[in-house]
Amino acid sequence: MLSISNLSVSVGDKPILKGLSLDVPSGEVHAVMGPNGAGKSTLGYTLAGRPGYEVTGGTAAMLGEDLLALEPEERAARGLFLSFQYPLEIPGVPALTFLRTALNAQRRARGEAEATAPEFLKLVRAKAAELRIDMEMLKRPLNVGFSGGEKKRMEVLQMAVLAPRLLILDETDSGLDIDALKIVADGVNALRSPDRAMVVITHYQRLLDYIRPDRVHVLAGGRIAASGGPELALELEAGGYDRYGAAA
Amino acid sequence: MTPARLDITQPETWPNRRVEDWRWTDVARVLREAPPPSPQASVEPGGPFAGLGGDELAVVNGRAPADARIIADGPGQVARLRFVSATDGTGHQARIIIEVKPGADLLLLESQEGAAAGYVANHILDIDVGAGGRLTRIVLAADAADALAFTRADVTMGGHAAFAQTVLTTGAKLQRIETRVSHPGKGASVRLDGLYLLSGERHADATSEVDHTGLDGQTSQLTKGVVRERGRGVFQGRIIVREGADGTDARMGHHALILGDRGEVDAKPELEIYADDVACAHGNTVGALDEMALFYLRSRGVPEAEARALLTEAFLGEALDRIEREDVREVCRAWLAERLSSPPPSSGAERGRGTTRRVVEGAAQSAAPDLAPSTASRSPSPAGGGGEER
Repeated sequence: MLSISNLSVSVGDKPILKGLSLDVPSGEVHAVMGPNGAGKSTLGYTLAGRPGYEVTGGTAAMLGEDLLALEPEERAARGLFLSFQYPLEIPGVPALTFLRTALNAQRRARGEAEATAPEFLKLVRAKAAELRIDMEMLKRPLNVGFSGGEKKRMEVLQMAVLAPRLLILDETDSGLDIDALKIVADGVNALRSPDRAMVVITHYQRLLDYIRPDRVHVLAGGRIAASGGPELALELEAGGYDRYGAAA
Repeated sequence: MTPARLDITQPETWPNRRVEDWRWTDVARVLREAPPPSPQASVEPGGPFAGLGGDELAVVNGRAPADARIIADGPGQVARLRFVSATDGTGHQARIIIEVKPGADLLLLESQEGAAAGYVANHILDIDVGAGGRLTRIVLAADAADALAFTRADVTMGGHAAFAQTVLTTGAKLQRIETRVSHPGKGASVRLDGLYLLSGERHADATSEVDHTGLDGQTSQLTKGVVRERGRGVFQGRIIVREGADGTDARMGHHALILGDRGEVDAKPELEIYADDVACAHGNTVGALDEMALFYLRSRGVPEAEARALLTEAFLGEALDRIEREDVREVCRAWLAERLSSPPPSSGAERGRGTTRRVVEGAAQSAAPDLAPSTASRSPSPAGGGGEER
């Protein structure tokens, strides 16, 4: 699904990623863990195409297609979804309008028929109920005045409605209490399927108790410093990141 | 106290940039001689508010019926006031009296309709809202790109009266929409909102003054602007709280986006407070679209142009949220959406009229004025600021 090879990325002339390689096959969930400043968010932003994140070397492909040559909206239409660590507040745009605009833009880009209003509402109602999101909340401007937990649930609702193939979750657990974390994790787990892949970026092992990874990678010094099975996350929890030379 | 009114037939009344209140809207620079008077003309009933009912008063080329005034003497009244400029290269002016009797309620739906090129229009409204009366004034200003258009409303109010105004404009070669309110306090309330959306080399000046003279008056003001290409937005808002006008609550906000690299916004929010125990605040920002919000929308699959349009519409739309009647709000939203998706012609030259040059000469180059209290141009980084006094 996702194949990254020797990727180097600079932000404002400062090298952040320095030859990162990572393969995530369809059907798998991979965790990327690492200390603050290791480049975890940069990885997510680069894959999603944030302006200002300059790729200075390497490749990144989704299902064999060069991601780096595509605009952010084209990546989304092909099935890439980045869940933001800090979801943006969009004043003046009701969440429902935002969702429908995004869904139909993606469908148009893929040459599919747009969702009609009843189809769309039926879809959103079902997904919102699973995430315990009140439909009234979706009439309010997206994320404006929402709590941290509500914002993260909105991210998961977007995933559920847009049904991406490759999900990148950037610190999805930050700012969540344990109840909200369970709701969010259930929502994410419901999306696990043989034709999807997920990259779960996290600083702490906690999230991985709820979203069980198939593989765990340590991102330190701008590259993958170690990879292993789920047990690696527990070792990190016990031993910390020091041995990977956080400031490399 | 109120400054002299502009008269397009009297060159000595044409302000230039040395007149403080007109420093950014230099009439004398573009109006060199009195324009030939507009002839009599007529229009079919209609206008942008036609679907909302009410009686229509059409002032075409400055000509209104001799006894033209709008008087509301009961609840739930609606009037459509249309100012239509119908003849190229000519000038006209008109004065209309609006009277809301004590306890009465009027929805005034006003349109400035530019149906010609290179005209000069000057419209004056004398408005009185009696005690306990309510006036909601909505203005849709669609002037020609090469027109000079001036509108001024002088408003007096009784105790517990309410005056709510929302102005939407796309500007003109030089346009000013001015509102002066004499606020009696005494539980009366004023809401002055507006938005401008400027393309090409269009200029829009939203100037207002609210003069609080009595106890416990309320004023709330929100203006939002978007400037594209070489447009120029001017916001001058002054709130005066006279000695003795204790308990006044006045808020003023002006927020603009500069979306082109050659646009300009000049803003001068002023609070003059001579009373105690008042709550007054103003905020003023000029910036660019939030790039992170733009990326967020794109990362969800919304193409860049559509994402920009959505964010721009949402930004401006905030000024429309405060219109109470839903059907009126929807007309305003549709008016805005139409103009966001298809910018008006950026130059009067596109109309191919030759007569305009005689009246209006000299392209308004956007030379940045000196010593502007809050001027942002060409470098759309967040600027300006806010203040609060208590």
